[in-house]
Amino acid sequence: MSAIIRYAGCLCLMLASSPLFAAYQLDMSPGVTSFSQGAYEIHQYVMWICVAIGVVVFGAMAYSIIFHRKSKGAVAAKFDDNVTVEILWTIIPIFILVSMAIPATNVLLEMEDTSKSDMSIKVTGYQWKWHYEYLDEDISFFSNISTPEAASLATNASVPKDENYLMEVDNRVVIPANKKVRFLFTSNDVIHAWWIPAFGVKKDALPGFINEAWARVAEPGVYRGKCAELCGMNHGFMPIVVEVKSEADYAAWVGEQKAAKSALAASATKTWTMAELMKHGEKVYTTNCVACHQVSGEGIPAAGFPALKGGAIATGDAAKHIDIVLKGSPGTAMQAFGAQLNDADLAALITYERNAWGNNTGDTVQPSDIKSAR
Amino acid sequence: MSDAHHDHKPTGIGRWLFSTNHKDIGTMYLWFSLTMLFVGGTMALIIRAELFQPGLQIVEPEFFNQMTTLHGLIMVFGVIMPAFVGLANWQVPMMIGAPDMALPRMNNWSFWLLPTAFSMLVASLIMSIMGMGSAPNFGWTFYAPLSTTFAPASTDYFIFSVHLLGISSVMGALNIIATIMNMRAPGMTYMKMPIFVWTWFITAYLLIAVMPVLAAAVTMMLTDRNFGTSFFSAAGGGDPLLFQHVFWFFGHPEVYIMILPAFGVVSQIIPTFARKKLFGYTSMVYATASIAFLSFIVWAHHMVTTGMPVAAELFFMYATMLIAIPTGVKVFNWVSTMWRGSLTFETPMLFAIAFVVLFTIGGFTGLMLAIAPADFQYQDTYFVVAHFHYVLVTGSLFTIMAAVYYWIPKWTGNMYDEKLGKVHFWLTCISANVLFFPMHFVGLAGMPRRIPDYSIQFTEFNQMASIGAFVFGFSQLLFLYIVIKAIKGGNKATTEVWEGAEGLEFTLPSPAPFHSFTTPPQVK
Repeated sequence: MSAIIRYAGCLCLMLASSPLFAAYQLDMSPGVTSFSQGAYEIHQYVMWICVAIGVVVFGAMAYSIIFHRKSKGAVAAKFDDNVTVEILWTIIPIFILVSMAIPATNVLLEMEDTSKSDMSIKVTGYQWKWHYEYLDEDISFFSNISTPEAASLATNASVPKDENYLMEVDNRVVIPANKKVRFLFTSNDVIHAWWIPAFGVKKDALPGFINEAWARVAEPGVYRGKCAELCGMNHGFMPIVVEVKSEADYAAWVGEQKAAKSALAASATKTWTMAELMKHGEKVYTTNCVACHQVSGEGIPAAGFPALKGGAIATGDAAKHIDIVLKGSPGTAMQAFGAQLNDADLAALITYERNAWGNNTGDTVQPSDIKSAR
Repeated sequence: MSDAHHDHKPTGIGRWLFSTNHKDIGTMYLWFSLTMLFVGGTMALIIRAELFQPGLQIVEPEFFNQMTTLHGLIMVFGVIMPAFVGLANWQVPMMIGAPDMALPRMNNWSFWLLPTAFSMLVASLIMSIMGMGSAPNFGWTFYAPLSTTFAPASTDYFIFSVHLLGISSVMGALNIIATIMNMRAPGMTYMKMPIFVWTWFITAYLLIAVMPVLAAAVTMMLTDRNFGTSFFSAAGGGDPLLFQHVFWFFGHPEVYIMILPAFGVVSQIIPTFARKKLFGYTSMVYATASIAFLSFIVWAHHMVTTGMPVAAELFFMYATMLIAIPTGVKVFNWVSTMWRGSLTFETPMLFAIAFVVLFTIGGFTGLMLAIAPADFQYQDTYFVVAHFHYVLVTGSLFTIMAAVYYWIPKWTGNMYDEKLGKVHFWLTCISANVLFFPMHFVGLAGMPRRIPDYSIQFTEFNQMASIGAFVFGFSQLLFLYIVIKAIKGGNKATTEVWEGAEGLEFTLPSPAPFHSFTTPPQVK
């Protein structure tokens, strides 16, 4: 019954865009940048022109269908050509098209003008996460979906389906308000596309290429988007979250990031207990590994993702295990995590894989082991 | 019926395996297409069932990707294209007053390559279901490097099957061109050809031009995967964008390959049931030719987000917008043909009218997609999915059904069940809109395509689409029933079949004799 009411709600919205049903978005978002607003206006303009043409054309058809039917005694006319109307309906559309092309060109030129930016962030697509590098600050981090369990039939049910379902990440990209931020896109593996609807920015991240886009956002807030180019199994599970902060808040955030970085450096030199390694390792595993090797450690062998539970590598020689995690396995989906994770994360992760799911090798791997193996 | 004893039909399976007859081969093409419609349709229903609500309920993301990939490949190469080739096989010789196709043995070969190719493609899915590797999972557009370095082992099966499909299509196209150029009845000049023959003539040239380009793309994939080349691998000095340029140089003409014969079918049907000649025959021919020409210079509008130089984005935007002009001319001509006619609404006419309206809606969204700054928002969303299903399902597929209803009395000698035909039309037409219209909304609201799971704000419209999908899918069983019923019997069709029908095929008895015209008719 409630479903029926909700459909009725959708229907009302189709007839009159009532703010009461704002949850059901029917149209493109006007967005928060100058060119997203421009794209929205052209979208509206072209759509309404199409509606108007549709009313005329379909109206003429409907008139024929109603009044020129044989059952009403209609007798077919004899005409089958008229050069004047043929010329007219070739020429008039040209003018309509020109009226669309002019504003479209202006918006496009503005959109693609990445010059005179205030700061640059390099965005790298990975299967299936984003990496952000602030080129003017010494800040870089990965951004993963915060509910990786959503990506599997077995574990999906445990994930709450709230308003940000599939739209939340562990590390948000933070940018300052009122600054022209230039984004540079590339990819580590396949093609991804970085899309924030509210910015009107969608750009492919291509391996071997650097693409550019920009945004200047006045209002602080949180803006969400998704990967828009099919990039493999978990394409649907690599969201993007951008947080726009006021300039003062942004400066504070930069400070925090730098402090966290020096704390991390300290953790790499200490010796960890087994319990600490396992606890941290599970977290690292959940963020980076479950997409392929699954929460259960059983992998998806049919799709080429081997099991770690009882697997030859996770229960065999530790040095080999460290090596494959650090350097990846060429020609497969196994990435080189040496470039993505720090020594402490890797030590904890490998310890976890060697002892979880009944592997129980008893081995502990310390950050110093990773450092010497690199 | 004195012709009957000239019909030296071989019997048993040999009649079909070794057939060189345009009608038997046409029949095989059409049955093949209908079979694949149910195979590809089942995949679509698995997709729609998974998308009925947010969360994963039925299939894993990996299998979901295999479904979207194979659904697309099967519907494009296994349903729409073979169905139009089947219609050409049946109709072109009859419409130009010929006994058969010009190259009958090649005709046989080009058909039998199809089941071979699809057995191989579907075999990869069967192996996937049995737990032996994955079927192709990179989308029907198979962008590198997802389809090369990162693709499953079964990709080599896919490449081989695409090669076979290409060979089959090129041979079919050559045959149609040879037939049209050489076997027209005396007096039938080019500008007197039925418009369906014209649209297929132009389509055949498009096929010959672009299928080799597709073959080049998959050959480069093959050597990248197996022989150490790096055409599409940036790490080896190659260029992943090259793939997209090559693919869409094939791909955009390909979409017109799937719609031009549809224009032809509608241009035959509307005059018949309006009892009035096609308005603007000459401009229809020129519009078709212009669309074919433009299709070669618009390919990169599929690639606005790839970071092309802004000058290229502008060029492809302007060129794409131009397509609206000849397409508009066609729509205006169809409406003018109906204007002041004497209309009746048999099933073929209903499908043809629905085509004009719904294809035009697909054309409108096509124009919107051409506008580059807005396309940054539309690209790779459900808005695009809605657009191409409007042109391919309510466009091409509707006209294929219209054509079957229109010509099946000529093929079988029996009228189909008109009442059931109308029920089939209304079920199909309404459910197709319930299925595809809400996709515009979720696309504009930000739902990307090719995702197995979505955020909760898209739920309601996805549920509508899924309900529409199931009604649409099961309605096609009624179509199957109607076709079988017409083959088995029914009211006898007259020679003319329809009151307002014109054209050489309607001078042959119903059912048409096995060798169509053994003495060429005179066209004045």
